[in-house]
Amino acid sequence: MSHASNDVLATAAAWREAGELVALATVTETWGSSPRPAGSQLAVTKSGRMAGSVSGGCIEGAVAEVAMKTIETGVPQLLDFGITDERAWEVGLACGGKLKVFVEKLA
Amino acid sequence: MTPELLAALTAARAAKRPVVVATRLPTGEQMLLPDAAAPADLAEAAARALGRDESGTVTLGNETWFLHAYNPPLRLIVVGAVHIAQALVPMAAHLGLAVVVVDPRRAFATEERFPNVTVSTDWPDEALDELKPDVRTAIITLTHDPKLDDPALDRALKSPAFYIGSLGSRRTHARRVARLKELGHSDAAIARIKGPVGLDLGAVTAPEIAVAILAEFVAARRNGALAPKIAEPQLA
Repeated sequence: MSHASNDVLATAAAWREAGELVALATVTETWGSSPRPAGSQLAVTKSGRMAGSVSGGCIEGAVAEVAMKTIETGVPQLLDFGITDERAWEVGLACGGKLKVFVEKLA
Repeated sequence: MTPELLAALTAARAAKRPVVVATRLPTGEQMLLPDAAAPADLAEAAARALGRDESGTVTLGNETWFLHAYNPPLRLIVVGAVHIAQALVPMAAHLGLAVVVVDPRRAFATEERFPNVTVSTDWPDEALDELKPDVRTAIITLTHDPKLDDPALDRALKSPAFYIGSLGSRRTHARRVARLKELGHSDAAIARIKGPVGLDLGAVTAPEIAVAILAEFVAARRNGALAPKIAEPQLA
């Protein structure tokens, strides 16, 4: 039995294969009570599809915004989210953890 | 990620080869390891990430790398194509496990009962000899039938499988333990078997029992607070 529904990379690759413009966000480092470990991924398409997660839902919106930019420019981004981060306050990182997220385009 | 790297990564995963995607931060240069051309310290760090099955960021000299470990999925061998297995197998797939169901009774081991599941109708000892359980394999027996469970457990105990569970009441398990001793397995070896398998949730239905079993499996895998009980003292 396949577990493709949980395989964000495979989903992202399939979307890319189907002609979508895709960015992949990956948690690279966490501190404190971040809900998702390093290696957790969120795939986003220009058309607005999303698969996976990099947090419990706190920062996915902000990451998706950056992903759109990365899809346009092709330039990867390393994002910092934490309780001292203005942007994190805006998006409400309620867990009190900190994490870094690497966002790249699937070329 | 370049199309070439994505294709190589996809191929490695399909072939169940453990690989690491190394990404230099923050600039984003990437390479797929193992690679003979990789610097020794990066290759060592990648091997460690695979060994621990943990992705993370490492600093090597003045470079920062994110190492994304892609191990093949853990395997779960379910012996007994019974009703509980029908509930357990799809849940296990959602947990990311690669599941194989073993049952020589062809009335149970049907495609209709287990759609899109790898099913072996070999006798359990032969099936396990073929499947070669390793340290990333879990084995759960669900038949209650000594002539099916015992050969599976015998092979499981001779393997380095990281989780062995066996369904059955305490009395059934006590008798099972006695038979395994007759086969020459020591108390210490037999204590590897979680029996009766599953956390005590008071589960009644097949899906509830599947949840109890998989909850114990997750606790064992993650070393959680509810990690499996040691085998119960045997009843007379």
